Amino acid sequence: MEIKALQEKSKLYRRNILKYIYNAKAGHTGGSLSVIDILNVLYNRIMNVSPENFDSNLRDRYVQSKGHCVEALYVVLADKGFFPEEDLLTLCKYQSPYIGHPTKKIRGIEQNTGGLGHGLSICCGNALMAKKDKSPVRVFTILGDGEMAEGSNWEAFMFAAHYKLDNLCAILDYNKLQITAPNAEVMGLEPLDKKLEAFGWAVRQIDGNDIEALTQTLESLPFEQGKPSFVIAHTTKGKGISYMENVLKWHHGVPTAEQYEMALTELN
Amino acid sequence: MTKYTFTEKKDTRSGFGAGMTELGRTNPNVVTLCADLVGSLKIDTFIKENPERFIQCGIAEANMIGVAAGLTIGGKIPFATTFANFGSGRVYDQIRQSVAYSDKNVKIAVSHAGLTLGEDGATHQILEDLAMMRAMPNMTVINPCDFNQTKAATIAAANWKGPIYLRFGRPVVPVFTAPDQKFEIGKAWMVNEGKDVTIVATGHLVWEAIQAAEILEAQGISAEILNIHTIKPLDEKAILKSVRKTRCVVSCEEHQANGGLGDAVAQTLAKNFLAPQEYIAVENSFGESGTPAQLMEKYGLSAKNIVEKSLKVIQRKQ
Repeated sequence: MEIKALQEKSKLYRRNILKYIYNAKAGHTGGSLSVIDILNVLYNRIMNVSPENFDSNLRDRYVQSKGHCVEALYVVLADKGFFPEEDLLTLCKYQSPYIGHPTKKIRGIEQNTGGLGHGLSICCGNALMAKKDKSPVRVFTILGDGEMAEGSNWEAFMFAAHYKLDNLCAILDYNKLQITAPNAEVMGLEPLDKKLEAFGWAVRQIDGNDIEALTQTLESLPFEQGKPSFVIAHTTKGKGISYMENVLKWHHGVPTAEQYEMALTELN
Repeated sequence: MTKYTFTEKKDTRSGFGAGMTELGRTNPNVVTLCADLVGSLKIDTFIKENPERFIQCGIAEANMIGVAAGLTIGGKIPFATTFANFGSGRVYDQIRQSVAYSDKNVKIAVSHAGLTLGEDGATHQILEDLAMMRAMPNMTVINPCDFNQTKAATIAAANWKGPIYLRFGRPVVPVFTAPDQKFEIGKAWMVNEGKDVTIVATGHLVWEAIQAAEILEAQGISAEILNIHTIKPLDEKAILKSVRKTRCVVSCEEHQANGGLGDAVAQTLAKNFLAPQEYIAVENSFGESGTPAQLMEKYGLSAKNIVEKSLKVIQRKQ
């Protein structure tokens, strides 16, 4: 998909994220809006994965480590045709399979996630398997900045570099806010690029809400032969809705009717 | 009673190693992971013969469980190996979310379970793992009784679809089961038929139960012994059939009394057929250093204790 079309997709996806969170009266609004451009570029430009090839071992793999922003993933998967979009009207409701964190019950989802610090290890296993099988499969994950404090991630950073998993790409949705406060207050990550480079990863920093930057960066994978790739994607929590941007309460906030209308107007 | 003898003692972890060696030769999908305990898990031969199917994970167990889950996407059958302590409590959340809840075909194969790892003491002597793993949906829990049975269980685990916690130990214990036995997951093994008391045992306590039954027989008491190598799913039918006959039961495990085999049996009885039960298990305590024999004695897990509990539970029959 071309840049212009991708940019239009992001607008559509933001509208849909708000629509289904508003309908569900639940969800992770701020993080879904920060991560959506990354998911958009992955699914519509970078990864070889679709409803048609999902049962093939040759599909590229995506595991969402920051599982709480599942609304963004559901919206993209619905648009790709994995399931009817109107299913999302049941999001987070009793007896709906579309629960509040990724589940394999939904076609298109590889792995159940939710508890933080799990996704990268799974991707390491998957990427290693692809290497051993000499398969062209590539493996992607998106991490949240809060979950970078989980020790298991740093075990996985060591593992991926040790096994030279250059078919693995981890992307950090670095929106700088976690549930309690800014990362810098809760558990500072910086200097993150230096830490990851010291752990043996090839690192790039970009504006993670810039479709063009995302496209260019992800099209140049792997950044270095023999090293796993890490994208520090600087994003804005609540991106696209003025009153949500960088406001902590929208981590888990649900818009009122009035706020919802205001958001749609801004997106149009 | 049925006569059981043994000609040698071997460690159950070597039974696991022998099972892995065979799987290495027969099942190309089997891969092994280890958190820096290759020698302790006895997987050297598997690694030597299949170096490309071994993944050293370093002392990073949380990541190892996740990597194992990732390896299943595409069809590998990973055996993630370490000590029982580090393959259960340390990584409970990884097993819960990435393996059991995600229903991944991961085998968690753990050695040095219980008190009998001996000298290293309480930090390494996990006595809560069966309770944790039993409580977890989708998890199958296996604790075989000797070298041959552990080998057979290992091979059966590879052929079973779904997560398995396979538990074995460090010390040498009598080898008394058949070398090429059929291992049926979830099916209790009738070790000895009797009529006065049912002894259900798991792991190497099955041998202690046999010793106890011989002592009881000399006193004119006929003990029925069931080897519960699969703690979950529990063979409730076999247990109930036996207890309906004997009307009392002694459960035996190298584990805390809370949450293990004994509680699984008690739950079955409470729901189906009330009968007095005595526990051979560790009572709300951590372990300590000592030889396996010393620790079995101190914590009440030996044949002598099974005899005492059997006599007691028979007294309690209505």
